[in-house]
Amino acid sequence: MRSFVALFRKELRSYFGSPLVYLVAAAFLAYTGYYFHSDLLYFVTFGFGVNIMENFWQLLFIDIRLVLILAVPLLTMRLLAEERRLGTLELLLTYPLRDGAIVAAKLGACLVVIALLLAGTLAYPVWVYRIQPFALSPLVAGYVGLLLFAGTCASYGLFISSLTDSQVLAGFLTALPLLLLWLLSWNEAATAGTTLPLMRALSLFNHFQPFSVGLIEARDVFYFLFSAGAFVWGTLRVLEARQWLGRR
Amino acid sequence: MIVAEHLTKYYGATRAVDDVSFSVAQGELAALLGPNGSGKSTLLRMVTGYFSPTAGRVSVGGIDMGGAPLAARRRLGYLPEQVSLYPELTVRRTLAFVAEVRGMSGKPRRRAVDDVVERCGLAEVAERRVGTLSKGFRQRVGLAQALVGDPDVLVLDEPTVGLDPVQTVEMRGLLRGLTGRTVLLSTHILSEASALCSRIVIVDRGRLVAEDTPAGLGQRLEGLGRLVVRVEGPAPEIASVLAAMPGVLRAEAMPADAMPGVRFLLVGPDLGPVQRQIGPAVVGRGWTLLEVRAEAPTLEDLFVRLVRPTGHDGNR
Repeated sequence: MRSFVALFRKELRSYFGSPLVYLVAAAFLAYTGYYFHSDLLYFVTFGFGVNIMENFWQLLFIDIRLVLILAVPLLTMRLLAEERRLGTLELLLTYPLRDGAIVAAKLGACLVVIALLLAGTLAYPVWVYRIQPFALSPLVAGYVGLLLFAGTCASYGLFISSLTDSQVLAGFLTALPLLLLWLLSWNEAATAGTTLPLMRALSLFNHFQPFSVGLIEARDVFYFLFSAGAFVWGTLRVLEARQWLGRR
Repeated sequence: MIVAEHLTKYYGATRAVDDVSFSVAQGELAALLGPNGSGKSTLLRMVTGYFSPTAGRVSVGGIDMGGAPLAARRRLGYLPEQVSLYPELTVRRTLAFVAEVRGMSGKPRRRAVDDVVERCGLAEVAERRVGTLSKGFRQRVGLAQALVGDPDVLVLDEPTVGLDPVQTVEMRGLLRGLTGRTVLLSTHILSEASALCSRIVIVDRGRLVAEDTPAGLGQRLEGLGRLVVRVEGPAPEIASVLAAMPGVLRAEAMPADAMPGVRFLLVGPDLGPVQRQIGPAVVGRGWTLLEVRAEAPTLEDLFVRLVRPTGHDGNR
């Protein structure tokens, strides 16, 4: 346990010791702030006769999630790819640490950073609440959805990062499929009838959408937890591959 | 302290290590000696638990590496061949991190870090980032991280490779200062193994070739060596005459240098008599003998003796 904490703290220190995390945070808050501003303005201008707050949250959470898709790969790409490139992975794997503890410490530190980014966006609803109080439960559901969504993206990013020693490649290979999975059921009319149920089941959009309207459904929670778990499992198998590949 | 029994390692269908057994006793400094690609690093990685062997077992301080890897690794410090450290951390931070990973905190951690900083001569660079250090200092930090918390067993993969002569001498000094600890180091330099270690385990192509003390190896090497002969005359004929002399395993022309004549390198199990016969053989044919010089045996010569006594394919 103490070894895990030591690595977890080192990972957090490497995040906050490099300029990247501050740049990502600045861009993340700038983009989400812009979306908040334009979404709010949109409903103030055109929202007559609809439930403004409910529709506003839905639009805002879906926009924040798009910014997450672009931010998370920048945070996960270095996790294992950098250890591989530097060669530090070999030493790390000979310290009294289980592979599982290494993966957990890295993923945990990344999730802490993501949670801090999301915490930064709480300023927007707080600001709205001071002007016009609203029901809090849709907001909570939305943030639970964002955390689960980010957790899945981060596990996927960690898995990709374990496959290569190039951070740039890891970043690209994380961001592109996430976008694709997001767009999978974008235009349902363009998808063949037989594949539509499959597309819907896989699409990140379809599983995130209920959270954005204030619904926490067991199958959506399961979808995110299961896919995150699958990528962690995959990462552990990649670390194990040193046994038969014979290289770092 | 380290017991390796019948270690075999396959990478896919490639056999990197084939049924190697050896042991290192408490307080012994042992060398794993072999040419590049002989399986040294694979063996060390199995001892450190980085890989598990395909067959066989390793125990460190009586703890089975396969059965209780964390407990076994806690008793072991490792310096990999390519010392890789986090460039953004300072030397002190790096060592504190390793101490924490080994389960220390608070005062014991600080004491452990101060201790290795002093022992490895790192005081002047302790607050510098590892990425800004010279290769020699980085190697010392690598040794220091292996020593943090005084593990019972040290495993050092090629600790002097890539260092300049001054750094090499300093590193060997540090290694000599490790008396009392159980150390297994790998090297491809015969003289380094003989100078530092009380026992030498020789491997080639993944197999154990010999296990001996430096003195024992010295006896096996007695008379074995190489002669450099410089002659003025027709090179091909000289080469065939030299190669035909009894006791010579191999005679090859060396690259031309600025001096007159052609240089030949002779390798054989007992070159003493050869050395005496070269003069008459060369002069008798009307050529001019310019130089006969004996050189200390190298790992390659040792392999000529131990692995390929017939002398074919001495070059690897």
